[in-house]
Parts: sequence; C-alpha cells; structure tokens
Amino acid sequence: MNLSFKGKLSLNRRQRTILEIGAALGFIMAIIIGRFMLDEGSIGTNLSERNLPPSFEHFFGTDWLGRDMFARTIMGLSLSMGVGLAGAVSSAAIALVLGLAAATLGKTADTIISWLIDLFLSVPHLVTLILISFALGGGFKGIVFGIALTHWPSLARVIRAEVMQVRSADYVHISRKMGKPRTWIAIHHIIPHLIPQFLIGFLLMFPHAILHEAAVTFLGLGLSPHEPAIGIILSESMKYLSSGLWWLAFFPGLSLLLVVRSFDAVGERLRVLMDPART
Amino acid sequence: MQLDAKNIGFRYGKSPWLFKGINFSMQPGEVVGLKGPSGTGKTTLCRILAGYEKPLEGKVTLGGKALPEIGYHPVQMVFQHPEKAVNPRWKMGKTLKEGGRPDDDLLARLGIQQEWLERLPNELSGGELQRFCVARALGPGTRFLIADEMTTMLDAITQAQIWHAVLHLAEKRKMGILVVSHDAKLMNRLCDRVIEL
Amino acid sequence: MPILEVENLSVTFRQYASGLKERNIRAISNLSVTLEQGEVLAVVGASGSGKSLLAHAILGILPANAETAGSIKYCGETLTAKRTQSLRGREIALVPQSVGYLDPLMRVGNQVRTAVRNGKPAEEQRKVFKRYKLKSVVEKLFPFELSGGMARRVLLSTAMVSGAKVIIADEPTPGLDPEALNEALLNLRELGDQGCAVMLITHDIDSALRIADKIAVFYAGTTVEIAPAKDFTGDGEHLRHPYSKALWGALPQNGFTPIPGSQPHSAALPPGCLFASRCEKATKECHQAQPDLRELRNGKVRCIHAT
Repeated sequence: MNLSFKGKLSLNRRQRTILEIGAALGFIMAIIIGRFMLDEGSIGTNLSERNLPPSFEHFFGTDWLGRDMFARTIMGLSLSMGVGLAGAVSSAAIALVLGLAAATLGKTADTIISWLIDLFLSVPHLVTLILISFALGGGFKGIVFGIALTHWPSLARVIRAEVMQVRSADYVHISRKMGKPRTWIAIHHIIPHLIPQFLIGFLLMFPHAILHEAAVTFLGLGLSPHEPAIGIILSESMKYLSSGLWWLAFFPGLSLLLVVRSFDAVGERLRVLMDPART
Repeated sequence: MQLDAKNIGFRYGKSPWLFKGINFSMQPGEVVGLKGPSGTGKTTLCRILAGYEKPLEGKVTLGGKALPEIGYHPVQMVFQHPEKAVNPRWKMGKTLKEGGRPDDDLLARLGIQQEWLERLPNELSGGELQRFCVARALGPGTRFLIADEMTTMLDAITQAQIWHAVLHLAEKRKMGILVVSHDAKLMNRLCDRVIEL
Repeated sequence: MPILEVENLSVTFRQYASGLKERNIRAISNLSVTLEQGEVLAVVGASGSGKSLLAHAILGILPANAETAGSIKYCGETLTAKRTQSLRGREIALVPQSVGYLDPLMRVGNQVRTAVRNGKPAEEQRKVFKRYKLKSVVEKLFPFELSGGMARRVLLSTAMVSGAKVIIADEPTPGLDPEALNEALLNLRELGDQGCAVMLITHDIDSALRIADKIAVFYAGTTVEIAPAKDFTGDGEHLRHPYSKALWGALPQNGFTPIPGSQPHSAALPPGCLFASRCEKATKECHQAQPDLRELRNGKVRCIHAT
C-alpha cells in the first residue's frame, strides 16, 4: 500500500511513514474487530439468496449456499492471521535461539547452524512446508508446525550476523576493560541493538506465513474443509468461476492480498524508520 | 606502581612474529613515547598492554602482579577513531559514565559541555567524541594511559586542549602515559623519553 | 582567471531532531574560496568545520537531504548538477583517503586504465606507474593486496591519468609514517607544478604548510582567513584572524597553547561572528552580525578587528 498525500497536507517523511503504518494497522484491526462482531449465524446458509452478485446488502455477494461472502472472507482472514501469528511467533523464537547460539556458542555450533540455515534456504519454503504439514497429518497443528519450522532461517542469519558484529565492536571491548560483566554488556549493548532488527524481521515474516498458509490450504494439504479459511474459500470458489460467479474468488483473493501487503508495508516502513541508513 | 613488559612476543595465527623479546618498564607519572615505522606492531603492543590481546610470549605486570582479566583494567587505552569506540545508540552521558563517575574538573578541562551529554554520537564531531573517550578512560582506577594516535585525527587546538587536560591529571594522580604517534614534534613536547620499536 | 571559484556557498541539511520534528543544520555558511592553476591550496580546520563537505559540494556528491545556495564556477562557468557530473573524473578528480574507493574485484592496472582520457590506456597506465615507482607486477594486483603506500600511489595515478585540471585530495595524510607522509605531499606538490590546481583538505596544518601556496582556514562551516602560506611563521604575527593565530599557537612546536571552548554546533550557530565566544578581542559588535570576508594585506579575513 502506498498512500501519498500531496497539496495542502504537508508532512515530512517520518510523519508520512507513521500515517501509512497507522492506515495499514487500522485495516488489520478492522478485520480482527469484524471477526468478533460476526458469529456462526452470519455465515449460515440461506437457500433463498443463492449466487447473488455484490450489492449493498451483501458487499461481496453470496455463494451457492446463500452464505454471505463478506462475513466468510472476514472470518477466513482472521483465521489465517491467527495461524500466521502462531507460526511466525514460533518461527521467530526458533530464529532467535539458533541465531544467538550460532553467534555465541563457538565454532562447531556455528558451523552446524549455518549449514542448517543454508540447507533450509536452498529448498523452496512451500515444498518443505507441504512436506512437514503432510507428515503431521495436516490441520491446524500441521500447518502451524510447518510454518514454524520453515520460516526461521533468514531471520536466524540476520540475528547471528548482528550479534557477531556488535560483539566485535570496539565499544564492546572497551566496556569489558571498564570492568563491565558479560551480562551487563549483553543487556546494555547487545540486546538494544538486536531488538529492532528482531521485531522487524518478525513483522516481515508474518505476511509470508499468512500467504503460505493460504497456499497450502488451497492445495488441500492444510486446514480441513470445515474451517472457513481463506484458502478453502478460494479453492471452493474455483469450481464456480466458469459459471460466471466471479465475486466468489475475486473479493476474498483481493482481501488476502491487501492484508499481506499491509503487514509487509508496516514491517518495511518500520525498518526504514528505525534504521534510515540501511534502506 | 611500575608497569613492566617482560620479553613480550606476538604474532597473528601462523604469520611471522610481529615482535619478540620486547622489554620495557614505565614509572608512575612518566610520559613515554613509542615510535617506529608503520607495520611494526605498535598498535598490537598497545593492545597487549591494555589487555585487549594476550601476549604469546612473556607477560605484562603492574607492580609485579599480573593484570586482572575481569573488572576495571588499570591500564586504559584510547583509540585513534572515536567514532567506533562509542555505542551509536547511547547518549554521550551514558557512555561517559561507563567508566565510573567522571571527575568534574577533568570534564571542564577537556571542554566537555553539559548539553553534549544529551546528544547521540552522530550529532558530535570527531574532536568532541574523542574528548569523551579520553574522559571515560581516565576513571579513578586508571594507573597508566595508552594513547595510540589519540589526537592524530584532530586539529591543533583540540589536540593541545586534550593533552593539557590529560597531563594535568597525570601529574595530579601520578599516572603514567604511553604516547604513540608519528608526529615527532608532538613527542618532543610531551615525552620524558622515547623508545623505538 | 581562477579555475575554480566558490562564492557564498551554503549547505543546509534537514535532519530529524527528536520524534517527528525536523531541524535545519547549517554545515557550510557563506563560504568563498578560489583556486588557481598551478597552485596548491590547503583547506585546514577542525573536524566539523565543513572541509570535506566543500569537496563533496564541488564534486556534486552531497547526500540527498542537503540543500545548497551560492555558486561554484569552473573556468568562469557556473557548475550545474549536469555539468558537474560530466566533469567529475575528467576535469575535476578526487584523491580519496583509502583503497575503499577502488573496485575490490578489479585488478588495479585495469582500474587506472579505465580512468585514462587521452592516449592509449595501457601505455598511459604503465607510464604513470613508472613515474610513481610502482613495479609492473602491481598492475595485476587486487586492491586488498596493496600496501598502504602503494595504495596511495595507485589512487594518485588514477587522478593523474584522468588529465584532470583540478585535483581534490581529502585528508590524504593521517596515520602515515614520516617517510610515507613526505612522499604523499611531494606527489601533490608535483601535480601543482605541472599546472594542475590542487586542493588539499586536511586538519594537519604542519603538513599543509610544507607544500601549499595558500591556506584557507575553516571554522564552523565558513572561511575565516585566506592567507599566503608564508604568513604562517614566527608567533603568527602576520596572520589576520584570531582563530588562525590560535591554531598556529597550538602546534606542538610553537606554544602548544590551547584556547578554551569549542567550535559551535552547526544546528545552533550564533548570529554574530562564529568565533566570538572564544575570542579575546571580541566586542559587542562582534556578537551582532557575521562579518564579511574582506581583503587585507594580500589575503582575506572575516574579522572586524583584524589589521
């Protein structure tokens, strides 16, 4: 999402960035709040209103069972975001542990972890994700584990490099000679340097996780068909595309894209904001 | 307390010896110059004295005892480039306090202004940053100061300002100073004696 | 006619102060300096006095958040962004401080050849290497294989073969041992003697005096004095500005006398003379308005009390 304001509203770059982040966050919040305002009843079948195109009553139209597509989309998106959140949090935790271990536990640990990182990065995400998810029997558990186990390598690599870089900085060596203990140095020098990198890495991992969840579910290897996930909605809708019910796939697909881009924008803009030197 | 280097030898990995059998000693309150062409290991010797590297041969002692591995190091070193010697995310006040409570008189003599304490390193010039690095290295526990090209990057006025403050404190506390510089005129001005590496 | 003429140059940066507020930083204000053919001009001053920014402004490599005012003329014609770009590396060349400016993956001989403007590249490169006593094996080396002294001669070679008429050397001397320092300075003087205009940017006034014809003294982003090099002698009695005198008197071989205080920060410049707060001669008028640069005894000075 690229919102730019011209004319009377004159903002400096930093103010504009914050506004953009606010807009993206607002969009995401709307979906989460929307989820709580809906219940099973809002997506109940209503056979008298089947296959209706978008209107003011049904923003995204209705499907072949007369279910409101707007409500289904919102529920689907929030479910996908939940899966994405669980997956990204676990994956970031793995990245943090392995990245720190590689940087601090000596050469052998570093060699093994770096080899693992390279191994995972050399195989496409989606393939490993499908394999893991399938091996664990699919469903919510399978997909979350799959995401957690496949998304950590690039963040782990960033953390490893950052820790190594600041550990070898002159000011850290000086701090030792000033008599500061290792824990003090970790708390005051190393962690504050790491936090922004870590948070941004995590935020940028989030949209990936959502997208991959949707993709795997779409292929029928993720969440079960009873859950109103966005991947399920999309794969079901494919059958109806040829009969002219374009809205069934169009709106959910577009919404998914917007959610993913919003998260991406928030992460990317925060990165530029916190670390303008490294654009 | 006397600082002694006995039979020091050092090399990086398997490369040839940078130096071997280095012997010298410094008395408290003495200002000693160290000179020699580039690449003879002056900076490495400084790093050994200040505890940043361990000598492969020989030892460094202060008052006959080995220097401490942990805790405040009584031989402090000031680096040539202050930009790398301060945490870019810290306000200068925090950097200054890292070596203990700084001496108010010293801060005044170094020309450190109160409002600089609230600034980040990228808001100060190299000369201003180096004053902080000098003040930080001159905590109450410092017995010897190693000045490795400490004022090479600075203009003459800032250089004179910093050295006057350092010499004043050294005299007051009977602190020894090792000066490494390519500037023979500066060495003449500062040092009681000069040794060659 | 001067080959390079900087007139009332000001460089302002917009920077984020805290949170969302922006502030302006005036890194260079009303700076004027001229450079003649065959002359070595040394620009001396403390760190933060705007010396390097002047070089960046002339070469058109200031960062994007910088705004400039005033004019820079080359051979009498104003330098526009487009013209600067076409002159850079051809007519105006930079001798940078370190090998960091060379392409790390290209053999140095080839790098020097790509800079050749007149004649056969390979021939010109060999000629210039011979002149700087670089053996022919050096042309096959990569930048990381060069020693400090060789690297400096390679950087100088690049500027030489470009046939540039203006050479700007940014802090080429710190950390050199006396022998290497001498060589670096002589090389620059030689360029001047061959008809180039050389601008030597340094904080080391002692080295600068060994080769410079003219010295421009910078303080807090402006020129406070422009003087013939021979005026830096004795107790500095021929110098015009109190800051130049203080700088001279602070050298280890002179008085080693410091003056209190520090250069004002470019975000908070005083309205009057920038040096007034540290100046013994300062009067009420000094604090009111910044003095203009005026002619005095075959030089220039920005001080109302100078005689």
